[in-house]
Amino acid sequence: MQEQVRAKAKALLESGVCDRILAWKTGEFFYDVTPAVFTSVEEIDRDLVYNAFCGANLSKYLIAESRKGGKVGAFLKPCDTYSFQQLLKEHRIRRENTYIVGVACEGMADIETIRAAGIKGVTGGDFTGETLTFETLYGAKTMARAEALAERCKFCKSKKLVIFDELLGEQGEEQDVGRFDEVKRLEAMSDEERFAFWQQELSKCIRCNACRNVCPACSCEKCVFDNPNSGVENKAAASSFEEQLFHIIRAFHVAGRCTDCGECSRVCPQHIPLHLLNRKFIKDINEIYGPYQAGADADTRPPLLTYETGDPEPRRGDAG
Amino acid sequence: MQVNGQFQPTIVAFCCNWCSYAGADLSGTNRLQYPANVKIIRIPCSCRLNPMFILRAFQRGADGVILCGCHPGDCHYTSGNYFARRRMTLLFNMLEFLGIERERTRVEWVSAAEGAKFAATMNDFVATITRLGENKRLEDLRCKSK
Repeated sequence: MQEQVRAKAKALLESGVCDRILAWKTGEFFYDVTPAVFTSVEEIDRDLVYNAFCGANLSKYLIAESRKGGKVGAFLKPCDTYSFQQLLKEHRIRRENTYIVGVACEGMADIETIRAAGIKGVTGGDFTGETLTFETLYGAKTMARAEALAERCKFCKSKKLVIFDELLGEQGEEQDVGRFDEVKRLEAMSDEERFAFWQQELSKCIRCNACRNVCPACSCEKCVFDNPNSGVENKAAASSFEEQLFHIIRAFHVAGRCTDCGECSRVCPQHIPLHLLNRKFIKDINEIYGPYQAGADADTRPPLLTYETGDPEPRRGDAG
Repeated sequence: MQVNGQFQPTIVAFCCNWCSYAGADLSGTNRLQYPANVKIIRIPCSCRLNPMFILRAFQRGADGVILCGCHPGDCHYTSGNYFARRRMTLLFNMLEFLGIERERTRVEWVSAAEGAKFAATMNDFVATITRLGENKRLEDLRCKSK
């Protein structure tokens, strides 16, 4: 697939369809693949990769890229196309300045899972196929891609590319793999247990704002958390309340617009399962207001921007 | 807050300008009693309630937060309370998901003619929160008065 992506990227540049290409290149470490803009064939040959570590969702970068003039070609995975369509719906991306190549996705690997399997001291390897091969200081090792998957990819919601100008590889299908199971497990706990669970998770937060910055739905130019009067703009939380407030509000601001791409959890340096907060909102919306998948289509209204006169009342507590 | 060794909850009631605030006024002119624990904040419409307001109230020492607005269908701005209802449904579910007791948050529709309902609602809510005890899970100790 990587060769196909490279060939397509070069063809788009050479034919003049696009001025630049938005794709991925390897950063400092082999697993540290970052979004990059390519403007020449030489750069593409040297740097462009499409492998098991291309987890980064490119859609958010198109907000800025589509406003710079000229045409940008972007390679989007199924998850990214959902975010892209959602952003189009919100008029954040100039569609006419983009050329979207949908690429099939086999699921993205998670470096922590690979390390936990005992693969360390990696010096190189091939991460493009169904079997990942690693050259390490301790000899060559292999791992099946399916075993190295990130949590979000194990519970992949869809391999369908919802919007594209051109398709590379096979069109996929929506999946049903029980992505709400973990939310249900938490819901079944008592208040005290849930509070303890989230207190333990959220207290790890260092307020780096990576979850906010990477989120394709979180694309306000002025964020409420940058307001020095908000009381929660601090880098380090002065009390446990700040983390709770930050994460509740962060999840609430994208409720009904979150496509469940899982980027928040991927970038969290503290490995907080932030996607569970978003999934809780998605699950509630599905159950109360009917099934809704943000970004799946171009014309339905997000559930929080509409209403039915017969909506149920907020549930009362037992003692109330 | 402890008064003479007894727990006295602090309740923040967000009331919409057109119905519930007038309803509170009516319960006053009718001399219907409700506890002084309730601190009323007037908002233009129940839809004005930013979820941040609720969290902020809890941070600064509220033990319970209640939102009162026009009955569905009677909103002064036609549809504000419908949107508020969806938001509060999701927000309260999320607070419960994070382990905050469900009883601490409530939505009640009170019209301008329902002074008695306003007083009854507040009596009931204060009693519920008094039973539940102090809010310890969503607070900022720096904001607590001694």
